[in-house]
Amino acid sequence: MALRPVTTESAPVRWLLIGLAVAILTLFLLLPLAAVFIEAFRRGWEVFTAALTEDAAFSAIKLTLIAAAISVPLNTIFGVAAAWLITKFRFKGRALLLSLIDLPFAVSPVIAGLVFVLMFGAKGWFGPWLMEHDIRIIFALPGIILATVFVTSPFVARELIPLMESQGIDQEEAAVTLGASGLQIFRRVTIPNIKWGLLYGVLLCNARAMGEFGAVSVVSGHIRGKTNTLPLHVEVLYNEYQFSAAFACAALLALLALVTLGLKTAVEHFTGHGSKGRH
Amino acid sequence: MSVSIQSIHKTFGSYTALDDVSLEIPDGSLTALLGPSGSGKTTLLRIVAGLEFADPGSGRVLFHGEDVTEVPAGSRGVGFVFQHYALFKHMSVADNIAFGLSVLPGSRRPAKGDIEARVHELLQLVKLEGLEKRRPHELSGGQRQRVALARALAIRPKILLLDEPFGALDAQVRKDLRRWLRQFHDEIGLTTLFVTHDQEEALELADQVVVMRNARIEQTGKPQDIYDEPRTSFVYEFLGEVNKLDDGRYVRPHEIELKFAAEEGVQVAGRVSHLFVAGPFARLSVVPESGSRREIEVWATREQVEEMALCDGDIIGLRFPEPKPAARPQGKAK
Repeated sequence: MALRPVTTESAPVRWLLIGLAVAILTLFLLLPLAAVFIEAFRRGWEVFTAALTEDAAFSAIKLTLIAAAISVPLNTIFGVAAAWLITKFRFKGRALLLSLIDLPFAVSPVIAGLVFVLMFGAKGWFGPWLMEHDIRIIFALPGIILATVFVTSPFVARELIPLMESQGIDQEEAAVTLGASGLQIFRRVTIPNIKWGLLYGVLLCNARAMGEFGAVSVVSGHIRGKTNTLPLHVEVLYNEYQFSAAFACAALLALLALVTLGLKTAVEHFTGHGSKGRH
Repeated sequence: MSVSIQSIHKTFGSYTALDDVSLEIPDGSLTALLGPSGSGKTTLLRIVAGLEFADPGSGRVLFHGEDVTEVPAGSRGVGFVFQHYALFKHMSVADNIAFGLSVLPGSRRPAKGDIEARVHELLQLVKLEGLEKRRPHELSGGQRQRVALARALAIRPKILLLDEPFGALDAQVRKDLRRWLRQFHDEIGLTTLFVTHDQEEALELADQVVVMRNARIEQTGKPQDIYDEPRTSFVYEFLGEVNKLDDGRYVRPHEIELKFAAEEGVQVAGRVSHLFVAGPFARLSVVPESGSRREIEVWATREQVEEMALCDGDIIGLRFPEPKPAARPQGKAK
């Protein structure tokens, strides 16, 4: 006897549900993605490459990569440290730290950007002092990095905490009784146990760091060729009715996202991690 | 190496895990910490290991007379085997066993060849030769347990501590490994302390059994002494089956003599409510005629039951043993 199908719905109902899912997927995910690439190449390969090699675009790409290159390592260190602290130790304020880590997820990125303007802007708390010492944070690279770091800070920690929680501290305790130092335990026991989860968190963090718009938009000041990141550059071009150039840059961003997704899937494939992931 | 635990207190917030616990563990002995969950036995083991520390100023832990109360776990020279093995999942069996040697500072770390030799020697000792390249997930529960033991022994500990060593194994492996551990202990003579909630395990394996309950030690002694002369009703009930009689006395099922109801010396007459014969043994539940609601459990031989031609529903007589001198307060089993 053939295996009985697990679903009991009749064929038309099943096809209706599958059709609905495919339609939604096409309408909201595939079509927009395809539109980005179609629009980008509508006026030919040359227009596309010109839009990406033009000075302002080049500077935006550079700025985006710099912001990601600084904020991703910082948040990797922060995330590992926070997850290590929260899962391997019991201390006062642990619950508070746990909620604080989620804060950047909870507040709107625009608010995050405004907070930095309020602190470091010309009329902000530290504004006059910074002005005196000729340090520019807002409408400059440091502000963009600050905003990116803030917005992307939970990714690595959030990925690692459930993983490390489920692993418990048995292996670390075993290493302690065998005479290993804190650093040896971290390097030889903890890190190998979390490396795939860590990579996964870093990829997610990187995807968001390169794509962040809201918070960066507030602190950047949109100075063309200076403080525009790639997402901001796309918006500027779009507002100037340079659709092909806008979509060319958008296509590049989308491509970066697709590469990240591909890597993420590869990581999942290697580890069977996907079922445990939270994102 | 002997271990001396002197009036240790341990609290976790408002919860008291150990309340003024003192214990002497003789050099070379195999001691069982026996008790229900929450009795504090694992906490005591972890304090000996240095994985937990007693409340400040409360008491001391001495190894061979030397105060180690404040010494961190890594410097105590104890081997610890965890209930769920806690093997390093990403390392081979050989790397797991070698870990304790490979983390030694350069000046004290043995040469690579010496570490390999030691690993091989330990694999032989725990009878796992040929498995050095396997990963922990490729091993059975019993094999993992022995890898954990070999890993703990690699650093040549002065004391071996085992937390519920057989708790996660199935019944047959458990029995085999239990006997093997006893043999193993007799061969290497290492002072060993293990935690268990299984009274049979404690009685069969240990030289000294420490019965714990509610953060305190109820009784310490040789297995036979503890079984024969329990000092408290808790110990009586926790170690093996026991009947509590209406007058408050405790009587083990095998200590009760079966008689015909009209025979001389019968102390209680009752009706057999359940008779179960398995091989050479027989178990009876007897409901006293006096109207007591306590059923009395009696263990007898099959021969005896057949001789008396007992059936369910028969009225029989029971005779209890004379109260033992140990039941008196001064007869402390120590």
